[in-house]
Amino acid sequence: MDLVQLQRQFVDYTTSLFNEGFLDDQFNQLQQLQDESNPDFVVEVVSLFFEDSERHLNELTQSLEQQNIDFKRIDAHVHQLKGSSSSIGAQRVQKECINFRGYCEEKNIEGCRKCLQQVKHEYVLVKNKLETLFKLEQQIIAAGGSI
Amino acid sequence: MIESCNCIEPQLPADELLMKYQYISDFFIALAYFSIPLELIYFVKKSALFPYRWVLVQFGAFIVLCGATHLINLWTFTMHTRTVEIVMTIAKVCTAVVSCATALTLVHIIPDLLSVKTRELFLKNKAAELDREMGLIRTQEETGRHVRMLTHEIRSTLDRHTILKTTLVELGRTLELEECALWMPTRTGLELQLSYTLRQQNPVEYTVPIQLPVINQVFNTNRAVKISPNCAVARLRPTAGKYMPGEVVAVRVPLLHLSNFQINDWPELSTKRYALMVLMLPSDSARQWHVHELELVEVVADQVAVALSHAAILEESMRARDLLMEQNVALDLARREAETAIRARNDFLAVMNHEMRTPMDAIIALASLLLETELTPEQRLMVETILKSSNLLATLINDVLDLSRLEDGSLQLELETFNLHAVFREVLNLIKPIASVKKLLVTVNLAPDVPEYAIGDEKHLMQTILNVVGNAVKFSKEGSITITAFMVKSESLRDSRTPDFSPVPSDNHFYLRVQVKDFGAGISPQDIPKIFTKFAQTQSTKNSGGSGLGLAICKRFVNLMEGNIWIESDGLGKGCTAIFLVKLGIPERLSESKLPFMPMVAANHGQANFHGLKVLVLDENGISRMVMKGLLVHLGCEVTTVSSGEECLRVVSQEHKVVLMDVCVPGKDGYEIALRIREKFTKLREKPLIVALIGNTDKVIKENCMRVGMDGVILKPVSLDKLRSVLSDLLEHRVLFEAV
Repeated sequence: MDLVQLQRQFVDYTTSLFNEGFLDDQFNQLQQLQDESNPDFVVEVVSLFFEDSERHLNELTQSLEQQNIDFKRIDAHVHQLKGSSSSIGAQRVQKECINFRGYCEEKNIEGCRKCLQQVKHEYVLVKNKLETLFKLEQQIIAAGGSI
Repeated sequence: MIESCNCIEPQLPADELLMKYQYISDFFIALAYFSIPLELIYFVKKSALFPYRWVLVQFGAFIVLCGATHLINLWTFTMHTRTVEIVMTIAKVCTAVVSCATALTLVHIIPDLLSVKTRELFLKNKAAELDREMGLIRTQEETGRHVRMLTHEIRSTLDRHTILKTTLVELGRTLELEECALWMPTRTGLELQLSYTLRQQNPVEYTVPIQLPVINQVFNTNRAVKISPNCAVARLRPTAGKYMPGEVVAVRVPLLHLSNFQINDWPELSTKRYALMVLMLPSDSARQWHVHELELVEVVADQVAVALSHAAILEESMRARDLLMEQNVALDLARREAETAIRARNDFLAVMNHEMRTPMDAIIALASLLLETELTPEQRLMVETILKSSNLLATLINDVLDLSRLEDGSLQLELETFNLHAVFREVLNLIKPIASVKKLLVTVNLAPDVPEYAIGDEKHLMQTILNVVGNAVKFSKEGSITITAFMVKSESLRDSRTPDFSPVPSDNHFYLRVQVKDFGAGISPQDIPKIFTKFAQTQSTKNSGGSGLGLAICKRFVNLMEGNIWIESDGLGKGCTAIFLVKLGIPERLSESKLPFMPMVAANHGQANFHGLKVLVLDENGISRMVMKGLLVHLGCEVTTVSSGEECLRVVSQEHKVVLMDVCVPGKDGYEIALRIREKFTKLREKPLIVALIGNTDKVIKENCMRVGMDGVILKPVSLDKLRSVLSDLLEHRVLFEAV
């Protein structure tokens, strides 16, 4: 594919991500921070987000399988996850985290478990989308263009 | 022998009787002489003013001594001792001395006393004179007061009659006149008519010709003039008194007209309309007109003139206002009628439109359906003609409705953001089939500076372009049609060919110029002006069909869009170019319309004032830390990140100007850290500015922040712009509450 088409595709894809609510304005902010002195900023932050989120999600899964569920700890993890997702603009994940915290306050185990599934689901979605986006980016750079 | 006593005998032994009288007289003299000083002292003591006390003392001494002398004399009538003689001598000597001294002193003081007397007389005269002058001033004051009161009375009303009546009454009272009359000029201006008098209730209306010499005399000067009591204007009552009628004075009262008052000039008394005021002193009174009374009369006459002109102006303006109100009412009525008419017509049109369209639609639909069936060639031809005619008719109906709505201004543009490029694409798509049937090539050239999105009425713009292009296609038998569109700069907007069109370029609007060039039939120069008139058809258009409304509608639309449309042609057979300009708005921010995606512009936002600013970021969340660091580094700051409170307290130093800390971690108290930081830095200068990052604007959170002495709060999520403005506010004011 030629460069213009690739760029067009990139733009369309990103637009769709925004339109569908996967990403919000915070992601724009991140992209603005990327410049010559910091060319991989977005990728770095997003990678860190993936690591961090996976860790939190594992912890959450384990905690919810316990006999005595420590809601305080769960809340702490969800809070962290919410913070991270809002920092990079993963809007859907953030929304699910907010719901999760609600269930946590109510100490609703079933609700929490369901919410956890949702969060995981959303996380996987946004992860795939972002990875696709980055691949496109790399293709464009490889073809000699810039974003 | 006679004993020699030292007694002295009186020289002449006098008669017994004479001696007795002398004795008694001396006694009384002595008595008087003693009592006079007593009286003098008593009275002088009473009066405080007497200036010559020393003289009085002398005088008193002199009298006392005289008295003493006479008293001692009593003993010298009979035989008396030598002692008595000596005492007598001493007394006499003293008396002599004192009396001479007194005489001498008196010589000094008597001229003074006399002059006192003359001064007293002089002062008495002066006092009398002053009294007279006081009396005069008081009368003048009185008169002045009367004038003011009179003026006040006159000016307090705007009714002409009241003004004049009051004038006469007040003047009569102030000056104690017998009669006071006002003569007004008649409409013809040739006579003076007696209009108002003081004493007579209903003055007999008789007139006097205006050209009398006495009247001219009065009118020629603005002073009050004494006139003869026997002249025509003064003979107002039968002379009641036997002797002399009182003196009469007349003064002119200028009647100022509205037109006298130019904006910048004082009214000139060029229009010589005057009224005459005649004042008569009481007969048999021997009073005379004094200067100050004449002055009063002149002043009053002037005031009356002004008051009358005010009254006249008021009358005029009230009349004008009444007239305007009537006109207003009439206009209102007319407007309402017009509105009703328009509404009625619109309703009619709408209904008729609907009524006309329904059968039309039916005809068109059924005719189309009929075409689908099996028909003989003649039948097919007939049905096609029916269809074509119905289509034309339908178009005509639409055009008529549109035009009528355009004409009365009830059509309004629907402004919205639309894709300009898409409009042209659409037009191309629509026109291509028809053009290809006629083997015409249609091309669209959009200049690169034509924006993709614009604000305007998309539907009508497309309609206009379609119409113009459609005309081009209709009237071309061969060749090509080129559509060009480009943005116009303001200089070239002033086209000499369209002198009545003066566009005003503004910031968020631009002018789009569209040119449609065809190589078809062309238009002869004399037909060009008719093109845009509705229902006017030129020879060529008659043949090609067309109701003649299309371009008229286009013109209306283009005008609504604050633009212009015109046609240029080199003549019949040489094709023509239709050009139109429309004003479109520039959409403000692309992010507000359908595009949320901002292009990744790596704008260099390195602010000089943040350069090297040392910032400490405290956040437990690694991602937030990283993002925050990224934002701050982008702004040019030097960033240190810490992930726990203890680390923060360890690392923070006075080099850090700002500390950004996330305080919404549950279970951990960011406030405590803030307090400890404050404690660490005693001097205010050294203390870094502490800003809290909060997740929601809970009042409690904000209060807590303020309580621990934070310098500001920022609501997450933090954008680059927000951070930049927060930092600049913070550094400028050293406090910020709050940035949301």
